[in-house]
Amino acid sequence: MAMTITLNVWRQAGPSAPGRFESYTSDKVHPDMSFLEMLDVVNDDLIRAGKDPIAFDSDCREGICGSCGLVIDGIPHGPDPGATTCQVHMRRFRNGDTITIEPWRAKAFPVIKDLVVDRTAFDRIIAAGGYVSMNVGGAPDGNSVPVPKELADLAMDNAQCIGCGACVAACKNAAAHLFTSAKITHLGVLPQGEPERYRRAAAMVEQMDAEGFGSCSNEGECEAVCPKQISIASIARMNRDFMRAATSK
Amino acid sequence: MTLDSRIPGGPITEKWDRRKFENKLVNPANRRKYDIIVVGTGLAGSSAAASLGEMGYNVKLFGIHESPRRAHSIAAQGGINAAKNYRNDGDSIYRLFYDTVKGGDYRAREANVYRLAQLSVQIIDQCVAQGVPFAREYGGLLDNRSFGGAQVSRTFYARGQTGQQLLLGAYQSMMRQVHAGTVQLFPRREMLDLVVVDGQARGIICRNLVTGELESHSASTVLLCTGGYGTVFYLSTNAINSNVTAAWRAHKRGAYFANPCFTQIHPTCIPVSGDHQSKLTLMSESLRNDGRVWVPKNPGDKRHPSQIPDSERDYYLERRYPSFGNLVPRDVASRAAKSVCDEGRGVGDSGLSVYLDFADAIKRFGAPTIKGRYGNLFDMYMRITDEDPYQVPMRIYPAVHYTMGGLWVDYNLQSTIPGLFVLGEANFSDHGANRLGASALMQGLCDGYFVAPYTVANYLGGASLPAVSTSHDSFKEAVAAAQARIDKVLAVRGSKSIREYHRAVGALCWDHVGMARNEQGLKGAIQSIRSLRDEFWQNVSVPGEKNNLNPALDYAGRVADYLEFAEVLALDALERHESCGGHFREEYQTPDGEALRRDDEYSYVAAWEFTGVGQMPTLHKEALTFDEVHPSQRSYK
Repeated sequence: MAMTITLNVWRQAGPSAPGRFESYTSDKVHPDMSFLEMLDVVNDDLIRAGKDPIAFDSDCREGICGSCGLVIDGIPHGPDPGATTCQVHMRRFRNGDTITIEPWRAKAFPVIKDLVVDRTAFDRIIAAGGYVSMNVGGAPDGNSVPVPKELADLAMDNAQCIGCGACVAACKNAAAHLFTSAKITHLGVLPQGEPERYRRAAAMVEQMDAEGFGSCSNEGECEAVCPKQISIASIARMNRDFMRAATSK
Repeated sequence: MTLDSRIPGGPITEKWDRRKFENKLVNPANRRKYDIIVVGTGLAGSSAAASLGEMGYNVKLFGIHESPRRAHSIAAQGGINAAKNYRNDGDSIYRLFYDTVKGGDYRAREANVYRLAQLSVQIIDQCVAQGVPFAREYGGLLDNRSFGGAQVSRTFYARGQTGQQLLLGAYQSMMRQVHAGTVQLFPRREMLDLVVVDGQARGIICRNLVTGELESHSASTVLLCTGGYGTVFYLSTNAINSNVTAAWRAHKRGAYFANPCFTQIHPTCIPVSGDHQSKLTLMSESLRNDGRVWVPKNPGDKRHPSQIPDSERDYYLERRYPSFGNLVPRDVASRAAKSVCDEGRGVGDSGLSVYLDFADAIKRFGAPTIKGRYGNLFDMYMRITDEDPYQVPMRIYPAVHYTMGGLWVDYNLQSTIPGLFVLGEANFSDHGANRLGASALMQGLCDGYFVAPYTVANYLGGASLPAVSTSHDSFKEAVAAAQARIDKVLAVRGSKSIREYHRAVGALCWDHVGMARNEQGLKGAIQSIRSLRDEFWQNVSVPGEKNNLNPALDYAGRVADYLEFAEVLALDALERHESCGGHFREEYQTPDGEALRRDDEYSYVAAWEFTGVGQMPTLHKEALTFDEVHPSQRSYK
């Protein structure tokens, strides 16, 4: 049952150290393993051999925390549509395959080590305006403001974003438009988020630019790799809200 | 030290109001003079940080993840309870309170649970106002569903991602305070010690997981919101990085650990498929509404399920519990699955799973209806197992899911160390011996948004808090101890991987402190845990260095703590000579195999005081009284 898999993995000791690909072969890969469990097995062998294991982020391993994110054979999160790296299983590959694994590559996501990158730029975009400005204690009854189901569903479609950064990794410009617009759409379509709608869009877009993310050239690569399949229609909405904010200043 | 739960006087309905009125307040102009450390960024930690930041305190928020939004609250699926009675179906604060005390098998503190039920309604209001996109009906009002065996519909939800949406709501509120300058974020930091000065919690030592540097942070008070200890079992539905380290190290500094043996094992998880497996995935318990659970009647029957005729199948839940059938509560369903597998009737390659069969439901309702109800769960199952549940029965098995035990806290959520507060799953307080579905999210947010802000202020307003800097000897001593432990584990340079030890301690806990426990097994497990711990310190292999990003080193520290904690887990189970909730002692069961609670002798909270690694901890008991909900035997026949 075991498969033999060869990995070409990006190894980089630190943010300013030069990186390189290194090759590892394992004959202990089982088709039922998840991709990250395969890396666990490779790492345990490296540890037993006294070598430095491959550093990568992961946590929930069920596709919701957004921690994991590897470029697998050139595709962020690998070959399965609508799935995160941790949801890819080795049965997707064949005995004898060689797989190339790289980190997210973007100016705004510096490599910390190997496959681990710093995505705190996303937190700063949220801090700039990705919320409803209300304090604990003053909320009216939950049913006091009806929200049409269609809008609640649209908000939820966008709120599903897990902040993994695959959209940035897939974009040739390393743009963060899908991430930013998903939050702008989630909050902007709800009555609770309406009062700050334009101010929010302006502040978040400004922060996004300040972080060094690129521009959007409408190719839709982000949507294609998004594990939550968030639509680029949200980018159009963000652009409208941003334009209105800019022109009404 | 006697345990003082500090429950306010008066009728249960007025206790929280009384406490809020008795509490000391801090003048708004003075709040910025207080530094508050919050450890953990899940529902409890993020909501507490947001709330305290809004009030004007200086909050420092620490988390092991790169972003606060990654904390494991994000993975909760089902929903959050609130006694809104929006369905006009007879729900009330009192009913939610009653259900929670009973569901906890009468091992929770009544006053805490009542407050939880009271505050549940405010949580929903708060989350809606934040923009949490709860499910709605066409009329625009909030939708509800029934959950976890409740007879009313009181569960609010956001598709199957309720935890994610609630956490993002709290995270966004908290990030607003980061922007406002009241909350300072410390990501990728692991708390390694609590610093206690003159008997008060005054700071923490944490490791910067990127640079390896040990940092000292002082404060007026410390809030631990670091979740449960389910990953001591190695395989669980918890995230890979969830751990007991912060809580355990606080325990070693004097915080009592309460009821560690109360662990929840969820009946419907995707079974283990091999040694490589790193975690288990929960399948929503709603599947039992339409799926029928069965195993072959004959042990060792390895035929394909389609080849086994109905007369040779044992629908054991329907047989043993004719009135509740497949819908018995979590603890009962889990134990029943274990017992049929113990009889050699389990299915799958490992023999450690049972069928959850939708064939009858598909025949009755048609595949499209079943797809509408459970499509996303079936897809998830297919992705992991490569089997199609529309064609062959699902295979499920119980897995560790939640821990009701945790650091002991009084009514104010303060531990036995003054100034150390414990919130959310990390404390023991509200769920007794068994947690009901959709109650974990409720408790985390209740503690963070609505309880701690009042009780922490009361502490700050009333305590004498002389200035303490990080050059104090207590900080130096704690840094030296943390450094020594890191150096020691790196110096072993043995031949076994950290994971092998984690898997070994997990197997011991699962086999002997899992779904069924007995005296002989527990005594043996304690001995085995001790020798495993000794071996770890002789033969573990931890690669790399201490002064950079080294996930293996972080992991080694957590496993080392589990090797200490597991002993108390087993000891607590050994000491509790009764069966209740998630704790089933084989010696204490009714003639027909049901849990036998012993209220006369065990109606107490077991709070353990640390006396040294490998030393017998001291047991302190907090007697539980039930003035409102009178203990009775739970029966599901």
